[in-house]
Amino acid sequence: MTMMFYVALALLALAILCFLYRVVKGPTVADRVIALDAIGICLAGMVAVLSIVLETSVFLEIILLIGILAFLGTAAFAKFLQKGVVIERDGNH
Amino acid sequence: MNELILRTVTAVVTFIIILFGIQLFFAGHYYPGGGFIAGLVTAGALVLLLLAFDIQTVKTMVPVNYRMLIGVGLLFALGTGLGGVVFDVPFLTHAHGHVMLPVLGDVSLHTAVLFDLGVYLVVVGVTMTIIETIGEEE
Repeated sequence: MTMMFYVALALLALAILCFLYRVVKGPTVADRVIALDAIGICLAGMVAVLSIVLETSVFLEIILLIGILAFLGTAAFAKFLQKGVVIERDGNH
Repeated sequence: MNELILRTVTAVVTFIIILFGIQLFFAGHYYPGGGFIAGLVTAGALVLLLLAFDIQTVKTMVPVNYRMLIGVGLLFALGTGLGGVVFDVPFLTHAHGHVMLPVLGDVSLHTAVLFDLGVYLVVVGVTMTIIETIGEEE
């Protein structure tokens, strides 16, 4: 049974490696941003599997936190790519 | 540029993030969490508002002077420490006990929560001051 969780961890690590290939290779910046977002979600999955392996529930906040941070970071980078600024001063431009 | 999707998502997600921050703050005594991470999560929700809207709009939405927030938080921490001195025990000695509240009934309260509230306010204030100051400069 525990073997299954280690296999899942290895598969998630393999997925992160594939996304890292996209981060390094990706021709455009958007490719790299998407890959980093997916790496964050894979990390949340790894934390979930790891908390099953360690038989603890104290990591569950981390999963939600990684989700929030991945969304915030991706939204900030997307806005930077689109407008050149992350935070606008006023809404008139 | 139309930002309808980002703004609609922000309207829903901000409340969830703020609730998560409050949960982290109050769970800090028995579970992972506390004032620091709760302050950062709340600042994250405010940063999401800054991303979806702009600094002027967010200032009218959340009319809080963040520099004032740092001072109030430090006063909370200092006041909790001086509360011990008033009762003739060393500085920063905390007290706890059971209090009967009107609606909630028997509640176990601890003055460390007030100290944590100070930490929370200072973390929100410092983070938002840094981000707004950097965002406002040309």
